[in-house]
Amino acid sequence: MNVIIAKPKPKPKPIFQISNLSKIYRTGEVEVRALNDVSVDIVEGEMIVLLGPSGSGKSTFLNIVGGLDQASSGEVLFKDLELTACNETQLTRYRRDHVGFVFQFYNLIPSLTAWENVALVTEVAKAPMTADEALAMVDLENRMHHFPAQLSGGEQQRVAIARAIAKRPEVLLCDEPTGALDSKTGIIVLEALSRINTELGTTTAIITHNAGIQQIAHRVISFLDGRLSDVKENKSRIKPAEVVW
Amino acid sequence: MRILDRKLFRDLLRLWAQALAVALVMACGVATLILAVGAYRSLEETRNAFYERAHFGTVFASADHAPRYLASRIGKLSGVLALELRIAKPVILDVIGMSEPASGMIYSIPDHGRASVNQLYLRSGHLPEKSRGKQIAIMETFANAHGFQLGDNLNTIVNGKKLSLQIVGIVLSPEHIFSRGPGDMVSDERRYAVMFMPLGNLEAMFDMQGSFNDLSLTTLRGADLRKVIEEVDHILKPYGGQGAYERKDQISNAFLIAELDQLKAMSTVLPPIFLFVSAFLVNMVLSRLVALEREQVGLLKAIGYSNLAIGGHYAKLIIIISIFGILFGSVIGLWMGRALTRIYGEFFSFPFLIFQQSFDIYALAAIITVIAGLLGAAKSIWSIVVLPPAIAMRPPAPTKYKSWFKGRLSLTHYFSQLRTMAFRHLVRRPVRFAMTTFGTSLSVALLVTALFSYDSIDYMIDIVFFQSERHDAMLTFSSDRGYDAVHRVLALPGVMRVEPFRATPVKLRNANHELQMAITALPNDSRLAKVLDHDMKPMQIPPVGIVVSDRVANKLQVDMGQMVEVELTRENNRRVNIPVTGIAESYVGLTAYISFDAFGRMMRNGSEISGARIKADTKYLDALYAAVKVTPGIASIALQNLSRQNFRGTIEQNITTMMSVYVTLAVIITFGVIYNSARIQLSERARELASLRVFGFTRGEVSSVLLTELTVIVLLAQPLGWLLGYLFSWSMVKGFESDLFRIPLIINPSTFATASIVVIAAAVGSALIVRRRIDRLDLIRVLKTRE
Repeated sequence: MNVIIAKPKPKPKPIFQISNLSKIYRTGEVEVRALNDVSVDIVEGEMIVLLGPSGSGKSTFLNIVGGLDQASSGEVLFKDLELTACNETQLTRYRRDHVGFVFQFYNLIPSLTAWENVALVTEVAKAPMTADEALAMVDLENRMHHFPAQLSGGEQQRVAIARAIAKRPEVLLCDEPTGALDSKTGIIVLEALSRINTELGTTTAIITHNAGIQQIAHRVISFLDGRLSDVKENKSRIKPAEVVW
Repeated sequence: MRILDRKLFRDLLRLWAQALAVALVMACGVATLILAVGAYRSLEETRNAFYERAHFGTVFASADHAPRYLASRIGKLSGVLALELRIAKPVILDVIGMSEPASGMIYSIPDHGRASVNQLYLRSGHLPEKSRGKQIAIMETFANAHGFQLGDNLNTIVNGKKLSLQIVGIVLSPEHIFSRGPGDMVSDERRYAVMFMPLGNLEAMFDMQGSFNDLSLTTLRGADLRKVIEEVDHILKPYGGQGAYERKDQISNAFLIAELDQLKAMSTVLPPIFLFVSAFLVNMVLSRLVALEREQVGLLKAIGYSNLAIGGHYAKLIIIISIFGILFGSVIGLWMGRALTRIYGEFFSFPFLIFQQSFDIYALAAIITVIAGLLGAAKSIWSIVVLPPAIAMRPPAPTKYKSWFKGRLSLTHYFSQLRTMAFRHLVRRPVRFAMTTFGTSLSVALLVTALFSYDSIDYMIDIVFFQSERHDAMLTFSSDRGYDAVHRVLALPGVMRVEPFRATPVKLRNANHELQMAITALPNDSRLAKVLDHDMKPMQIPPVGIVVSDRVANKLQVDMGQMVEVELTRENNRRVNIPVTGIAESYVGLTAYISFDAFGRMMRNGSEISGARIKADTKYLDALYAAVKVTPGIASIALQNLSRQNFRGTIEQNITTMMSVYVTLAVIITFGVIYNSARIQLSERARELASLRVFGFTRGEVSSVLLTELTVIVLLAQPLGWLLGYLFSWSMVKGFESDLFRIPLIINPSTFATASIVVIAAAVGSALIVRRRIDRLDLIRVLKTRE
């Protein structure tokens, strides 16, 4: 099923143009079609939520868009850059310059403090904010010299967000950022994401299992069995604090 | 500091014990390399410097009685730079406070001025001069052994007459860096003296006016030594010339070369073992670290770190560990190298020691250590590079276990579930299993190699001193005597049995193989000197032909029944062909035996003898010694009992030092291998083991899963280690083999057992450290962590 969707107002430029994207994994004798002929555009500055059950292809989609994985067929255009034609080095460059990631299990380096985890990114980025600024954006300026093991789950995730935004990425990709959190800390994390989307204009994609979250996005893209099953524009958005968990 | 470097630093702190184990093994490799090469170069440099300053001869020869006017002929030979014609005579010494007689050699030095060849190094006093009467200079070793001071008198017995000589100089000589008395196996500085007197005095003492019996010369660089030797032989032929030889065959120098060869062997055998083990350990540690940090690697890639930066991060970790190993090893190697050089300085008589500290060997050690480390790391680093970031972030697929024989052979049928877990884990990574076993077996091998020398030396002492040379003392006459000398020896106090021998220098030849050595004649019914066959059984010397030792047979490429050409260097170089009628086993020197009758026929003169072996009643030893000191015609006396004690003493001292070094090295390897492998198994299986604890298994049961694996590894390593140890020992024995001596390869079962006990003890120690960690396993935390 190909779904070409109407673009939201005011007439924005698409940052991603994705057409006929497929991904096949082979593990031993088993062939898994993780993504099947997906086409969609994502516009600059929008916040989208990717919904779908386990194995529906949303993570694979995010990984390819984020330059972590390569497609089996189809095309992904980031502005004028054809990601699907990039080699490993070009993809590394792309990730370094344009994309920020947030993962479900935070993926902080346990041997580095919060500040150092963020600095890990600012060291290699082109025009980053300082680690202090990034941590301030997620309200963690008081905890920045703690190691991950000394932080709560919500705090760890906010460090991960600070790390992702510190380089001022054009795109922020979040794979179940609240998946491991309780509702209260989940909301704090969503607020941080929302604030960054609004204040920095960062195009943000959030994968979630939690249907309650979809209301905070501009658009909701649903996946099923590797295909796009639905794309829905939110007429009215709610604030993260209003999300029913 | 870069952020990734901070991670590196903290990783190192966390992994300190494992990193230390790896660094120590690396340090052993560096230390042994620097030690061996450092000592080798220092010794070689010291020797070369001494030789050069002292104008050490390049060609040596002796004759019976040659006129000094030959000097102009020999001096004019092409390539000859300087020439010294000397008188060299054996003497008996009567040292106050020592009942047994000492033997000595007395050499002439120029009446005035310094010798042009083999100059003495004056430690104290001055060189004796002709006009000053009976003055001598003596070697420092002998002076130190007896506490002789300048001005002390030394009693010598020359032609049966006691002669008191005044010590005016204490010296060192390039010819006698290593010296041992006739018939002795190792040097005995108490009982063997080398002395120097002005030529004029010696001429008078030995009735050698205008004559010489010893020659030494130096040659121009690039001179044709073979030609010089040939011509010297030709010139000395009418005067009982005994065959000139090169510096490499000069006994003191030959011993030094043998020692240098041993150091060289050490520097090529030991460091590679350690480097191999450290590469393997790096491989083991890093592959586990990378597995644990798989998600971090994925994250770094996601953030935009390049493969080069991430691979470099892990390479840096290994390089830092290597640097620790290199620093450690360099310091220890430097220190041990100096200590070893100093020991050599005591063992060999050098006037000075040059510590050769060349930068290149440190650089080389550093480079190869880093390379070994990086080779060990290569596989893990490569696995990071090829790991796609999206895959890295996902937990690895569950490890595959195989059921053997398609499930028909169920391990659980024979073993408990816990044992089965252990065995499956072992065979799942066959390469690692094999390498861990191999690494452990290297420790066993190293110990066997260190310990076997005890067995071999014991065996050698038994063969040489009890089976073969059964006499109490061996007398050598100053020149061949008639057979009636036997009766005079028998008349000495306490002598119960006398067996004469006769020896003459020869060149043995077969085709283009030639050996310069001596042939010894023994009586038919000899009881004090037994010639042993290949099975160490005494053999009869056949009435015709000669019996050669297997080393001689090998070098000449002759076998039983073949003819060898014997050139009698003292008999006008007359040549006779004699069949080889026996091959004997011998550990010391190049030997050939012949019956007295055959010897007489060969020499065309009847029954002269060169000396005698005696059996004496120990009650009369002092009287015997006193009598020997005053008997004219006895040039030297070798005492078997003292020789044996000395031999054992010297060897045991050397071996004990070496042993403690080797045991330390083996323990370090064992610790490095076993500790690391246990830690890694624990890390890989923490969840599994914690689950077992949760299911209600006791600490002991849970530990047993891990300890079963270690036990299998350590046990399998034993036979492999014995085998490798045997091979190492064999190659060591082959490496040490020289014309001077040969060590038999004897390894007693107790040696294998000792090696195993040490390694097993080290393994148990390492396992216990890890077992404490199992006991303290934080169940909740381990189970909660996502693997």
